[in-house]
Amino acid sequence: MFVQGGALGALAVVAALAAVSGRRFLLAVVYPVTALAAIALGVVDLAIWLGGGGFAAVLPIGLPTIGLHLRLDQLSAFFGVVINGGVLAASLYGMGLDRAKELTPRVEPLFPLFAAAMNLVLIADDAYAFLFSWELMSLTSWAMVVAHHTNAENRRAGHLYLVMAAIGTTALLFAFGGLAGPAGGYAFDTIRTQAPTPLIAALVLATALVGCGSKGGLIPLHAWLPLAHPAAPSHVSALMSGVMTKVAIYGFVRIAFDLLGPPAWWWSLPPIVLGAITAVLGLLYAVFDRDLKRVLAYSTVENVGVIFVALGLALAFRANGQPAAAAVAMAAALLHILNHSWFKSLLFLGAGAVLHVTGRRDLEGMGGLIHRMPRTAVFFLVGALSISALPPLNGFVSEWLLFQSVIAAPALPQSALNFAAPAIGAMLALAAALAAACFVRVYGVAFLGRPRSVEAARAHEVPLVQQIAMGGLALLCILGGLLGALLTGALAPVLKGLVGSELPNAGTGPTPFSLIAFDASRSNYDAVVIALFVAIASVAALLVVHRLSARRTRRGPAWDCGFPDPSPAIQYSASSFSQPLRRVYGAVVFSARETVVMPPPGDLQPARFSVALIDYIWTTLYIAPWRALLRLSERLNALQFLTIRRYLVLMFAALVILLSIAAVTI
Amino acid sequence: MSADLAKQFLAQGVQMFLVLLIAPLAVGVVRRVKARLMRRQGAPLLQGYRDLAKLLRKESVLAENASWLFRAAPCLIFALTWVAAALVPSFASGLMFNWAADVVALVALLGAARALLALAGMDVGTGFGGIGSSREMMIATLAEPAMMLIVLTLAIAAGTTRLAGVADFFIAEPLAVRVSLALSLVALIIVALAENARIPVDNPVTHLELTMVHEAMILEYSGRHLALVEAASYLKLVLYLSLLICLFAPFGMAPATAGIGGWIVGLLAWTAKLLTGAALLGVWEVSIAKMRVFRLPDFLGIAFIFGFLAILLAFLTRGAVQ
Repeated sequence: MFVQGGALGALAVVAALAAVSGRRFLLAVVYPVTALAAIALGVVDLAIWLGGGGFAAVLPIGLPTIGLHLRLDQLSAFFGVVINGGVLAASLYGMGLDRAKELTPRVEPLFPLFAAAMNLVLIADDAYAFLFSWELMSLTSWAMVVAHHTNAENRRAGHLYLVMAAIGTTALLFAFGGLAGPAGGYAFDTIRTQAPTPLIAALVLATALVGCGSKGGLIPLHAWLPLAHPAAPSHVSALMSGVMTKVAIYGFVRIAFDLLGPPAWWWSLPPIVLGAITAVLGLLYAVFDRDLKRVLAYSTVENVGVIFVALGLALAFRANGQPAAAAVAMAAALLHILNHSWFKSLLFLGAGAVLHVTGRRDLEGMGGLIHRMPRTAVFFLVGALSISALPPLNGFVSEWLLFQSVIAAPALPQSALNFAAPAIGAMLALAAALAAACFVRVYGVAFLGRPRSVEAARAHEVPLVQQIAMGGLALLCILGGLLGALLTGALAPVLKGLVGSELPNAGTGPTPFSLIAFDASRSNYDAVVIALFVAIASVAALLVVHRLSARRTRRGPAWDCGFPDPSPAIQYSASSFSQPLRRVYGAVVFSARETVVMPPPGDLQPARFSVALIDYIWTTLYIAPWRALLRLSERLNALQFLTIRRYLVLMFAALVILLSIAAVTI
Repeated sequence: MSADLAKQFLAQGVQMFLVLLIAPLAVGVVRRVKARLMRRQGAPLLQGYRDLAKLLRKESVLAENASWLFRAAPCLIFALTWVAAALVPSFASGLMFNWAADVVALVALLGAARALLALAGMDVGTGFGGIGSSREMMIATLAEPAMMLIVLTLAIAAGTTRLAGVADFFIAEPLAVRVSLALSLVALIIVALAENARIPVDNPVTHLELTMVHEAMILEYSGRHLALVEAASYLKLVLYLSLLICLFAPFGMAPATAGIGGWIVGLLAWTAKLLTGAALLGVWEVSIAKMRVFRLPDFLGIAFIFGFLAILLAFLTRGAVQ
């Protein structure tokens, strides 16, 4: 507890000092101190996650009658590990930033404050503390989004983020209001003792889904995320995408699994349905986007959707008294939270490295970076393959567990869930395949091939400390994949707390690395054995081939069916790579239209090709209400120019109406 | 127990080398049948082996800007496909390491091989490489979900995702005709055609054609690298044929408890079924034309819809039983 408090205090003090003084040497210690604090917090969290225990405290600050309740239990500790791992990597990366170019004094004081706010959300144990730290988290991240405020696009992103954050927090305010009940017991301990009525529970669930879903990027509340996450400096983007979305999910888990009491089966439907739609649509957005960081942000949306599907399944199984299946689904969710925080932070840091050395975010100007940034290319490749859920890396472990829990869904008695589950399975499989296509595209266009711009041709490797940050995360992705079974085993205490059961038959497999979903004869996945097999097979193939073959290698110009073209423009670009997908999916979902304007012969104008995609969610759910609101306010504007007699009439009418309402109801 | 284990180990080893040995022959059969049906003489059945030997002897020409990924990919693709092929029960279901990867992992292993190949296709930065990679990934987004639905259907029917368990289930009750399994069969055949770049999805013998997919990705490979990629594609064909046999025609396969006699029966039955399957593929390829790339979604959409109907039926019937 003292470590926790001390570390959080240190973060706050550093932030305050950096903000007040603005001195160069103070700014320089921001990232090292944040890294140290993250290590301290992470170690405490890890000890509590694995070893149990935890602490609780009530401080006499905050609202007068409530005080400030703090508590660190195993659920919070697990999320604490997720968050502080990401903070550590981002701070390490921050140490390598070019002070002359990238370090804006606007980011440095806020960075530790943002880290502290996220940690505070986890240990908050009453509604006030939760919402306060939630808002602190939103505001600090918002301020970093608009750090480069001279760019109009960043300002627009910041504006939309602020609006969506306000809507989300308002929704959470209502959620906690419903949980606290008429007596106003805002401490989580009090909330746990009172069971809400079904109506209240439904309202709380809906508002929690809006509040946490908007922060996490659940479609249709995602619109701000792909604008705001990329607008921030890259290490902050890594934190927002890799880590802050996890805080949002923590909020939902805390409310739905802990505070709201025993679940009803229908609670599971909204997260499952919204999550599945989010998973597929998020990737369809990603696969057509040409901005590297925005692609990553959309992929975050997808992963949040996958996590919500797993959470929904866990709720369904738990409500139907199937703790083993609930544990499998919940393990998939928690593991995916951990995995996604690793590979998404890694990918954003990699994108930051690319952005730093080339100054470009658009994929169309990249290419060939594998030659000029060899290490970053390796790390990014690990991240790209992990997020595509390919074995033996870590993304596949959670994906595998999720499919196992889908297979268990026929045992659910509700026919609505029985109809939904196969569709969920199909959509998850589609999302996995689209993820592979999306990241082959990103990696193939950015890192492989030939440079498409001068900047890409002049790229160079980033500083060592940034390589360490990315390399550490890449190593975690590999280890998390190989040791997925041990990691899942370590989730047992958290699972017990959430769904009342750990993974059945864990650790009974043929090797300690066997991941078992229900029992060993039913489903088993052993990443270490598979990896060993692949390694042996490739070494054997190499040996045999080298023994039998000529072993001669010659370098020559590319063959390209006899028509090699020296211009890098001949390569497939990001938009041409997604053209087949655009024809297949884009035409249905976004009404994608391709138009070719071909000038008549003899005309010197270049031919033009353009693609139009319509984002129906944006036009119907954001633009249309905004326009309606504008129209309405224009109409109501007339009310501001009335004569005093009319105002008096209006006031009198209002009084009469209120009195008559009071007379009827009382 | 140890004798049992030794037997399983042996079965695994035999299987591992068997698929490798028989793969070029299976491809030879397909080509031979196609050639004879077109009234051509056709290459000898063993041409696949000769092709591989020839490629190994030749020097490998790498494009000037090919990276390490381009050189490492063939070996990894081959290893991933080989491991996947070795895990599908062929003549005996009691394979030693079969437990390590279930069907979901098998699909993902093939997905990893495909992703690497698509990346390698984009490495040199040529127009053809990109066209192949982008179309391959588009086809994968249609075929992989269909495959996953089939896999989940079978897993629900058999109550396990372990391939050996599914195979044992189908050996035990081969006559249970179910609608969901029939739908899965059709879907799996379509997926297998797509995954193996066969007609009507792709033409394995084409070059210099704007419609090629698989061949476009591997256009820059030569020599030993090409040999490995080709061997991987041969193995993939055997894998899918084996999978079809193991799931829908498992008769003759030695169960986990069988002795050497059962193995020999299983071996003969599997080889016969595999070569028959290859011959049927040849007949199919001759009797149908290649589709335009953008008609593929319709064709693969059938697989997806059938897969979805299959899993829906599996869910509902199972829900009713309980």
